[in-house]
Amino acid sequence: MKAHTLSVLVENKAGVLSRVTGLFSRRGFNIESLAVGVCEEPGMSRITIVCIGDDAQIEQVMKQLNKLIDVIKVSDITENERVERELALIKVSADPGTSRAEVMQVATIFRAQIIDVGSKTVTLSVTGDAEKIDALEKLLRQYGVKELVRTGKIAMLRGTKTVKSAK
Amino acid sequence: MKTGARILVEGLQREGVETIFGYPGGVVLPIYDELYDSSLRHILVRHEQAAAHAADGFARASGRVGVCLATSGPGACNLVTGIATAYMDSVPMVALTGQVPTSLLGNDAFQESDITGITLPITKHNYLVKRTEDLGHVLREAFYIAGTGRKGPVLIDLPKDVSNKPIEYEFPESEPVMLRGYQPTIRGHAKQIDKALELIFEAERPLVYAGGGVISSDASEELISFVDTMGIPITTTLMGLGAVPCDHPLNLGMLGMHGTRSANFAVTESDLLIAIGARFDDRVTGKLDTFAPQAKIIHIDIDPAEIGKNKKVDVPIVGDTKSVLQDMLVKVRRKKEYDRWQARIRGWKEKHPLTYRRDGVLRPQLVVEKLSELLKGEGIIVSEVGQNQMWTAQYFCFRKPRTWITSGGLGTMGYGFPAAMGAHFARPDQVIFDIAGDGSFQMNIQELSTVATNNIPVKVAILNNRFLGMVRQWQELFHDRRYSFTELPPVDFVKVANAYGVEGMRVESADDVVPALTAAIDTDGPFILDFRVEREENVFPMVPAGAAINEMIGGNVE
Repeated sequence: MKAHTLSVLVENKAGVLSRVTGLFSRRGFNIESLAVGVCEEPGMSRITIVCIGDDAQIEQVMKQLNKLIDVIKVSDITENERVERELALIKVSADPGTSRAEVMQVATIFRAQIIDVGSKTVTLSVTGDAEKIDALEKLLRQYGVKELVRTGKIAMLRGTKTVKSAK
Repeated sequence: MKTGARILVEGLQREGVETIFGYPGGVVLPIYDELYDSSLRHILVRHEQAAAHAADGFARASGRVGVCLATSGPGACNLVTGIATAYMDSVPMVALTGQVPTSLLGNDAFQESDITGITLPITKHNYLVKRTEDLGHVLREAFYIAGTGRKGPVLIDLPKDVSNKPIEYEFPESEPVMLRGYQPTIRGHAKQIDKALELIFEAERPLVYAGGGVISSDASEELISFVDTMGIPITTTLMGLGAVPCDHPLNLGMLGMHGTRSANFAVTESDLLIAIGARFDDRVTGKLDTFAPQAKIIHIDIDPAEIGKNKKVDVPIVGDTKSVLQDMLVKVRRKKEYDRWQARIRGWKEKHPLTYRRDGVLRPQLVVEKLSELLKGEGIIVSEVGQNQMWTAQYFCFRKPRTWITSGGLGTMGYGFPAAMGAHFARPDQVIFDIAGDGSFQMNIQELSTVATNNIPVKVAILNNRFLGMVRQWQELFHDRRYSFTELPPVDFVKVANAYGVEGMRVESADDVVPALTAAIDTDGPFILDFRVEREENVFPMVPAGAAINEMIGGNVE
């Protein structure tokens, strides 16, 4: 069992997302993260799904996804050289008298940006792979994480190769 | 100017549809108004579920796409069981549902239900049409998707304003449907076919395991010549019955939970299993680890997702079974004699025939056997679900494809009677029998009114044991005969039939079986036969749940 990153090219039509996610829950597969948005092809969207399963399960997921009429292409890019990013917004307790300076220092180390400041909180924006965001969150927990929002992972192959050209 | 409803009806006719099964309601009024003086024949059922099953029966008997129509909300929801039935057995169907006007969508309006959401997991694809302009091409796509590749039901949801709105519309000249995300593989890969032939040549004990895919791609002829040319014995699934004549010397009959001993033994001893249009369903395989334990597996299927789903496959071939078998037949260069294997199989067949007590008692198997003798492989046999279905599969000798219609995957009680109505419109030249249980028949008994009104000559043979027989059998075998809620009160089905204006006859002795069946066959209209059969007869042999398929119980009569 390991995490697989699937890149799914779909028709940009109403209901596509529920067809895709419905299939996962119906067949008993868990989605670890999911990100969706328009892509370079007009009228299409790309969904990046991270899911955990053994090879047979992932093969079955991909075959079932391929059967959906609105799904154009499914690629498992887990084994490919790739770049991955995730964006997180984190609202942290940061009292000006006590911890604010420390929080801002941690943010600097992680190259997180401070995008909002309240009387007792700061809100950070950080991009990176999942491990980096996990690490930052862990560090910030001691100050009090009031709210955390993550986008889910998006990924792209390195170099000139594209998901469409890759097998 | 054409309204959406007019575009729909014209579009259906352009797809070659002659008959649809439906039930009117508020939001489909524009469509029904269009049907009022249309040449498209509409059969009014008495419950929407029956419309779906009738469309399904039509599709299975004809090989064409069946069509049903219902209103929004409760009407659409009543189609659901029928759509799921068609989905599980890969039956081409287009289900049309009315929907509340687009302005009210999502508003919990009167008779609104999210039918595209509800049917998402049980349709091959579905559409909610929001603009009248889209209707024409949606309809074309729906028929294309339903009737190609691995076939299946497609639902189109039509809001009332979409049906009502008049627009300027001309049907495009038949341009082929192009869908980026849907390109089924028809031809099998040449190298895979070579590999398969190589494995067949190496094998000592090969066995063909053929399923419903052979029927749905009309590959019966190719399958028979494959089996004959290669000399390979064959077993079929419930859905594959009729693909090869029951009395073909290499045919072992059905395999699986209520299959023949010879078929199950052959699977267990085989060293090469050639699965053709079959999907390794749990009712076929029993305990998976012990299914075909010595065999390499070739799997031919149009749906790549079926290959390797349940059982590891050595040579997968994705493609239409008809096309793949044709290619294989052309490529066969070397052949082998499997004399010892064939002799072993003949031995099993002789030693373990299907049998029941022929003791002059009115037993359900006798009814099926006599009907089979009378019809001599002609006619179309439809069944309900449960013991009646298994006895029909075991004791009716099917000789041609599309003469056996049954709900295999979903196992829908109440399927048979309306499906038989649909089959009649596909094959009006054929005698059509629904072999029923008293439980199943009562699930869509209201269709007596439909067959009476339209004089649909469906014959129903009720194997009436006043039990939900299959469940009772399991209670007898595995729950210490605690017959929890499986006994049914006696019903006078002849009286019920008469009340609807349908003829009927009660049969209480074995001697009356043949005269009664003959009377039904000789009657022009519908006919109900109420066979008061032995109440606690069991379907044997049987593989208990979780056992290996060669561990069968029962069915040996001295």
